[in-house]
Amino acid sequence: MALLGRICLLLALAVCAYGIGASIYGVRTGRWEWAVSGRRSVYALAGILTVGFVILEVAFLRDDFAFNAVADTSSRTTPTFYKAAAVWSSQEGSLLLWAWLMSLWSSLALFLTRRRIRDVAAYATAIMLGFGGFFISLMVFYAQPFATTSPTPSEGVGLDPLLRFPTMMIHPPMLYSGYTLCTIPLAFGMGALLARRVDAEWIRVIRRFAFGAWFFLGIGILLGARWSYSELGWGGYWGWDAVENAALLPWLTGTAFLHSLMIQEKRGMLKVWNVSLVLATGTLAIMGTFLVRSGVLNSIHAFGGQTLGVPFVVLIAVLIAGSIYLVITRREMLHTEHRIDSLLSREAAFLANNLVLVALVFVILWGTYFPLISEALTGQEASVGPPWFDRYTVPLALILVLLSGIGPVIAWRRATLANARRNFLVPIGLALATLVVLLAAGVPVKPFALAMFCCAAFVFGSISQEFFRGMRARSAMAGEAPPTALVALVRRNRRRYGGYIVHIGIAVLFVGVAASTSFQHESELGLSPGQSSRVGAYTIKYVRSTASVTPDYDSSSTQGGRELSAIIRAEPGVTLGPDTARTGATLSLGAVLDVSKHGRHVTTLYPSEGFYASEEPTQGSVGHLIGGQPVSHVAIDAGVTRDVWTAIAPNIETPQLKRIVTLGNRTLPYAHPGEGMVAIAALAAAYMKSPPQAQFHLIASPLVMWIWIGGLIVVGGALIAIWPAPSVVRHRVRARSRARAEQGLASA
Amino acid sequence: MNPARKRTVRLVVALSVAVVLASALIYTSFSAASPALTPSQLVHEAQPGRSYELTGTVLAHSVSRDGDVLNFSVADRATGATGAAVPVAYTGTVPDPFKEGREVIVTVEKQGGEYVGERNSLITKCPSKYKETPASEKQSS
Repeated sequence: MALLGRICLLLALAVCAYGIGASIYGVRTGRWEWAVSGRRSVYALAGILTVGFVILEVAFLRDDFAFNAVADTSSRTTPTFYKAAAVWSSQEGSLLLWAWLMSLWSSLALFLTRRRIRDVAAYATAIMLGFGGFFISLMVFYAQPFATTSPTPSEGVGLDPLLRFPTMMIHPPMLYSGYTLCTIPLAFGMGALLARRVDAEWIRVIRRFAFGAWFFLGIGILLGARWSYSELGWGGYWGWDAVENAALLPWLTGTAFLHSLMIQEKRGMLKVWNVSLVLATGTLAIMGTFLVRSGVLNSIHAFGGQTLGVPFVVLIAVLIAGSIYLVITRREMLHTEHRIDSLLSREAAFLANNLVLVALVFVILWGTYFPLISEALTGQEASVGPPWFDRYTVPLALILVLLSGIGPVIAWRRATLANARRNFLVPIGLALATLVVLLAAGVPVKPFALAMFCCAAFVFGSISQEFFRGMRARSAMAGEAPPTALVALVRRNRRRYGGYIVHIGIAVLFVGVAASTSFQHESELGLSPGQSSRVGAYTIKYVRSTASVTPDYDSSSTQGGRELSAIIRAEPGVTLGPDTARTGATLSLGAVLDVSKHGRHVTTLYPSEGFYASEEPTQGSVGHLIGGQPVSHVAIDAGVTRDVWTAIAPNIETPQLKRIVTLGNRTLPYAHPGEGMVAIAALAAAYMKSPPQAQFHLIASPLVMWIWIGGLIVVGGALIAIWPAPSVVRHRVRARSRARAEQGLASA
Repeated sequence: MNPARKRTVRLVVALSVAVVLASALIYTSFSAASPALTPSQLVHEAQPGRSYELTGTVLAHSVSRDGDVLNFSVADRATGATGAAVPVAYTGTVPDPFKEGREVIVTVEKQGGEYVGERNSLITKCPSKYKETPASEKQSS
């Protein structure tokens, strides 16, 4: 099978080479059958890579450790769900996923444009196949997904326990869909410049793909934040980590583009700007992939240093140089049709939004790559921390949220005073009322947080007003009941009202961010059973310890397994697995925490830490069973008003517990992990008998849930906006019937 | 002023503002940045009151807890136990993979003879077990 996989890759490379040649030859000579053939080679590429991806996925599911990628990132004891997701945790597998998703999305894009802008599409085909060829070359020459070892190892290393989290299944494909979709507008943008056809047509073609890229990247970022919050033991959702920033950058330029695009469509302005944003978004997406995959920067997601740096740097340099060259040589064609009439206009608001977004991009880009910049300039590697990022991004985010309330209601071209009064009276009133209520309620005066709440209220006011006015107008004109009118209004103007809902979602999300960062209470301390600690208004008591031991996944099916289970069950206080999070931890030690507020019981939480087996014989027959990386399984009481977040780090290094491990290592054979498990059960029992002091990390932060709710509102709004409008369908039907009528006339 | 001239003036003003803001940003990034140093470099270069990003491996048998403070020593990655080791007193979140022998990054400040870790600045690099095979091996395969 590995051989077939390798053949697939070579074939894919050949298809890319052919397709690039055919498309360029076709468009240069005007022999369009060659361009069509080039387009079809993208479909062929998608087919071949699908076969390749299926081969690798099957190898993971069948525990085929002959594949290096499988042996490095999966194991028999890895739960099946995570075996399937382990494909993209390996360097090779993730490159294959990238190339595969790119070929699928490119095929879709080219299929949908098969009857339009054929010259632009032909160049775009060549560029897309260029990306495909690049990634496939990496897999052929550097990180080979189908590399095998002989003899076949009997067991693999296993998936990193940190990655055993349900969203691991969808987070990487979402993020990679976003990244790969970013390259489609880039390909068409370059195609349009190369073909010297920079009219509105190519913008219309890529609009949906740019939106898709923005949508999937956004979901990927959100899921990543969620993972960080509920799996990593630090209780935060955003840390300005290089890898997080890498995904945020193209999302920000994509956001800017989706806005400035509307100005080009409506007023024929900002053409150079738009094409630059498209090229920047694609380049940033490639840079993001590079950053994640090359390990050039320190990150908690350091996926391993690799030799992919040089090829990626070359690709990025080519992209940047090519973009600049194309924009400069074609600038005459990109002249604007109008000018901004007034600074008080929707165009100006959109332009301001773009400038703020680009400023954010600049800040984050500079901060992220600062270690490299600093080393290049001063010879000394240095980095900037989260406070530096916050100093610039917080004010910019405030302006951005405010603009998201101004943009939708301000008039095009030139807003008059009367018009401004009509549109902004309610939102400003609402913002001021919010401020008064918050201050009266005794909310601590944190200027940035309060400003963010007021901005959010402003957005809510201005957008609700838009909905209300639209509904009232429609209700009056069509004589519909207000709820029907509202639904009809949104259905007829999906892009507009979907966009408004996205704005509301962003405002809600930022309220959650501002509240949870400004009004958070945190405590980090050691507790023994019976002791308690205060976090904000909550008292958290360590009631008792818990321990569970999971021998293996099929311990009940064999005679030996059943006997073993009986021994473990007989240990006082020890439960027989599976571990609470079902991620394959051998041993998990935890705590029962009683959370109360003003003496009243609120909830009971069960945080734990999972200890995983490693494949290092040096750790001994017992030691290796818990010698892998321990992972926190945090316990959260999520609520509408606040989250109580708890994590535990139990101490298993006490002399008494260490003695059990040493004794077991000396007496028990390595080859029979079943016997080693008895020692682990004894260790768990000893731990339960006299639990040593454990370290706790306790956080009470308000309104965290609104970050996720805001994210869901954004997703919902985006889905409404992206759905084909009924008018388009109608339009097509009408066009068809008109064509038929014309035919009828001609024949008559 | 004619419209074309007005536009030019406006463009120049906007660009100058952008340049000023960008320079401020770049300037602060250099002054706010903490240089990345290895323990042996830190011992020689550290000045009190300035923060440094210390990278190295946690020395064996050096980890101890004193209330909320986690004490450990960081040694050079290359020389390990034989080279210089810097004692760090750290408070805040300790990542799960933190262990003796693991590679860590922590922001520290010199206070007297001691190095105090900035709260929640401790990062653990992926343990070797999960690292990709070294580049040299990979290329030859």
